[in-house]
Amino acid sequence: MVTEFFILLKQELVITAIIFLLLFLKLGKDRSNESILTIVNFLLFVNLAAGFFGSQEGTIFHDMFRTNSLIVIEKNILNLAFWLISLQSYAWLRTHKHVIEFYLLLLTSLLGMFFMISSGNLLMFYLGLEMSTIPLAAAANFDLAKRQSSEAAMKMIISSAFSSGLLLFGISLVYGVSGTLLFAEIPAHLSADPLHILAFILFFSGIAFKISAVPFHLWTADVYEGAPVAVTSFLSVVSKGAVLFVLVPILYKAFQPLAGTWYNVLFVLALVTIIIGNLFAIRQNNLKRFLAFSSIAQVGFILVGISASSAAGMASVVFFILVYVFSNLAAFGVISLVSALAGKENVSDYKGFYATNPFLSWVITIALFSLAGVPPTAGFFGKFFLLIAGAAKGNYWLIGIAALNMVVSFYYYLRVVKAIFMDSNEQPISRIAVPVAPRLSLYICVAGIILTGLASFVYDYIYSLSYGL
Amino acid sequence: MNLSLLILLPLVTALVILFCNGLKQVRVAALVGSVAQLAVSVRLLLLYQAERTAGNRSPMLFESKQEWFSNLHINYHIGVDGISIAMILLTASVVVAGILVSWTMDKLSKEFFFLLILLSMGAYGFFISLDLFTLFFFLEVAVIPKFLLIGIWGSGKKEYSAMKLALMLMGGSALVFVGLMGVYYQTGSFDLMQIANTPIPLDVQKFFFPFAFLGFGIFAALFPFHTWVPDGHASAPTAASMFLAGISMKLGGYGCLRVATYLMPDAAHAYSWIIILLATIAIIYGAFATMMQTDLKYINAYSSVSHCGFVILGIGMLTRTSINGAVLQMVSHGLMTALFFAAIGMIYSRTHTRMVEQLGGLLKVMPFISTVFVIAGLCSLGLPGFSGFVAEMTVFMGSWQNPDGWYRFATILACASIVVTAVYILRAAGKTVMGPMDDHYATLTDATWNEKLAAAILIVGIVLIGVAPFLINQLIMPGTDTIMMQVGKAITQK
Repeated sequence: MVTEFFILLKQELVITAIIFLLLFLKLGKDRSNESILTIVNFLLFVNLAAGFFGSQEGTIFHDMFRTNSLIVIEKNILNLAFWLISLQSYAWLRTHKHVIEFYLLLLTSLLGMFFMISSGNLLMFYLGLEMSTIPLAAAANFDLAKRQSSEAAMKMIISSAFSSGLLLFGISLVYGVSGTLLFAEIPAHLSADPLHILAFILFFSGIAFKISAVPFHLWTADVYEGAPVAVTSFLSVVSKGAVLFVLVPILYKAFQPLAGTWYNVLFVLALVTIIIGNLFAIRQNNLKRFLAFSSIAQVGFILVGISASSAAGMASVVFFILVYVFSNLAAFGVISLVSALAGKENVSDYKGFYATNPFLSWVITIALFSLAGVPPTAGFFGKFFLLIAGAAKGNYWLIGIAALNMVVSFYYYLRVVKAIFMDSNEQPISRIAVPVAPRLSLYICVAGIILTGLASFVYDYIYSLSYGL
Repeated sequence: MNLSLLILLPLVTALVILFCNGLKQVRVAALVGSVAQLAVSVRLLLLYQAERTAGNRSPMLFESKQEWFSNLHINYHIGVDGISIAMILLTASVVVAGILVSWTMDKLSKEFFFLLILLSMGAYGFFISLDLFTLFFFLEVAVIPKFLLIGIWGSGKKEYSAMKLALMLMGGSALVFVGLMGVYYQTGSFDLMQIANTPIPLDVQKFFFPFAFLGFGIFAALFPFHTWVPDGHASAPTAASMFLAGISMKLGGYGCLRVATYLMPDAAHAYSWIIILLATIAIIYGAFATMMQTDLKYINAYSSVSHCGFVILGIGMLTRTSINGAVLQMVSHGLMTALFFAAIGMIYSRTHTRMVEQLGGLLKVMPFISTVFVIAGLCSLGLPGFSGFVAEMTVFMGSWQNPDGWYRFATILACASIVVTAVYILRAAGKTVMGPMDDHYATLTDATWNEKLAAAILIVGIVLIGVAPFLINQLIMPGTDTIMMQVGKAITQK
């Protein structure tokens, strides 16, 4: 029992240990930011590596907490993303006053996500979700001198409180009609009864807030713009990815009797999300806002994959999020460096960027191509697999519209590429010396973008662990 | 022969270019790589001929198949028939010529040659793919280099043209994608040969054929989606124009034939009247639009719209000869336009203008370039002895074989466009090459060795096809027969 406890909770325990270590580090003698960052990055790497060893399947706490190979993979993806973000924020945190607090907040949030992903019970799910959200709102305020940053935090806390309210209402209705909160037992009590559908709709609205699907996306752009780049990338990659990871089993298992309903909901939401996200992304000049809207559109594509309700759909969602981690973080990595060292965040500032920073230009270009879904980058494979899974339902119009929207998204990604390579600028961003840590993370991201797609075993492995309705 | 070599060689060349320094190293690496590729292509041709004379009748040769994403039935499946080999040879010649023409490209030379090689890799991969996923993959690989080549090294309203081209081609591939999905879910396979043996119901074909055909059609300048062609070609640097017209537009024609028509022959029959209508409009409209142009590059670009209309016309007519003609026209047009653009580039680099009215009497100062220019023009208007004549003649003959009265009317109209072609070609060539010369052109120099070599490679191809058409006919015939068998099956089923 005790060994089982330790093995199944392995990844959570490692993170908890790191949190305690950091607390002790805080209590101890003053250290320079550089040495703290080195220690943290090393610990996070250990954390990532540890995730790959000695995993087992099983449940504890009376089925409240479960884990299996797919969940371990999902947590590893989040660990990887967090490590990359940490490496990338090196240039920003080097001069920050509260480095350890920053990591404490984000690690707590990550821990919450792990519990959420592993949840086998709606209560556990809710606990994990809240544990992951509240520290994030504090972290959004971490550009201490900027008013925008506090504004972002305020917006985030209010909107997530509201969405949590919806979510709780949905969960309580589910409990009311089924008398249980366990994923495994809920399906036996659900049917297409209006009350059950209402419960689902409320529940899903709460989730839609978290993944910023249209029409619950309005907080996204402001929060992304105001928050520090590191938090923005955490929000857009880790936090969104975690909710999507847990959404799939909840839909496929707990709400399985309502499959017809949620298929329709996903269908409509996916379409609207893709279109609105794209249309708003076209007009943005601030790169963080731009990536906020582009990430909304990406979520729409992921919803198409989820709506497939097949093993191929689930595999493509997990695979896409992995690809998204690499692509989005490569883009955010460059933006974070430029923002920290040159203080510029607008598309127009990037004019003539190639002349001064060829390396960073190529990185962000490859990242944008991957986000746009152009081969040979992994983004192409990710999008292709999502749509191919979605097409299995025979909804060729949905697929057609999604495919045409890829062309629209292509326009705004190319707009940035055009600014970097083709537009001339009197005063381009001057040459940026990239520190070792961010450089390493950019290398990893680019390698990931190029290899995860072409090397088919990644997708095959995820597929072998996935399941359908 | 291992066909993967055709993809690996450009890949290695591109990687080597990344590690080179300075224009001198880069261009040598690019040239060595592309000449090696040409050698491999020629060897492939010889091996193919040997196999065929030895009596190998299988539709595709040198096939190899490896599982890629087995859960989704995606394989890396490659193989060639005569049509693909003709396209590969075309690509290889245009690439060598293009690299020779850009010999003195000193602006960001490493990036320039890298992108050229990457673009050619996309084309090679496309032509040898027998799996729809791989085919689609390579089709899109070739889009980004075009965007960057035009946008960075282009002239005029280059950003606009680059964006327009990229978006229209991406739109085309989005349509292709929907078509592929339909075929995939109907047959459960991405494998071209396997799908060809699986009957697809007529209503399914009728629904998905337009997506696939239109999608590829955009690449091949199908009217009314040809608008990227003039802007894109005119703004692109010389080598990129050559690649665009010589290689990239052929991806579309090849896709229309190999994917849309071959896999969904019933729908091709059902829709042939629309295809022919659009092709005829493109041919005539393109010819008349060319008449109005004053910029040499625009002249060639609009005439490309007209000439590519013949490709679509040949495919739409669905007779053995017309499809043969379409393939011939693709090869011929590829060589000829590449030559034309090369000549225009050479003239422009010396005179710094492409406006017909500002040019004149160039024959006196640059006889070689002027001759090349005239040869390209004569081939374009279909003078016997050059490839243009052979190809267009074959298309017309094939089209006439289709007994339908309206189709014959379309054929006559298409034939008539040749007169218009003659007008604009002779006018442009006459004004540019002959006539009085402006004094400040008197000091200009003739072609350098690399330009001569580039032109020679392309001219050899044009004349070879023009004088001995049976050589290439023999090459592509078995490929056409495979496609015709499929089309014939469709007719007899009715």
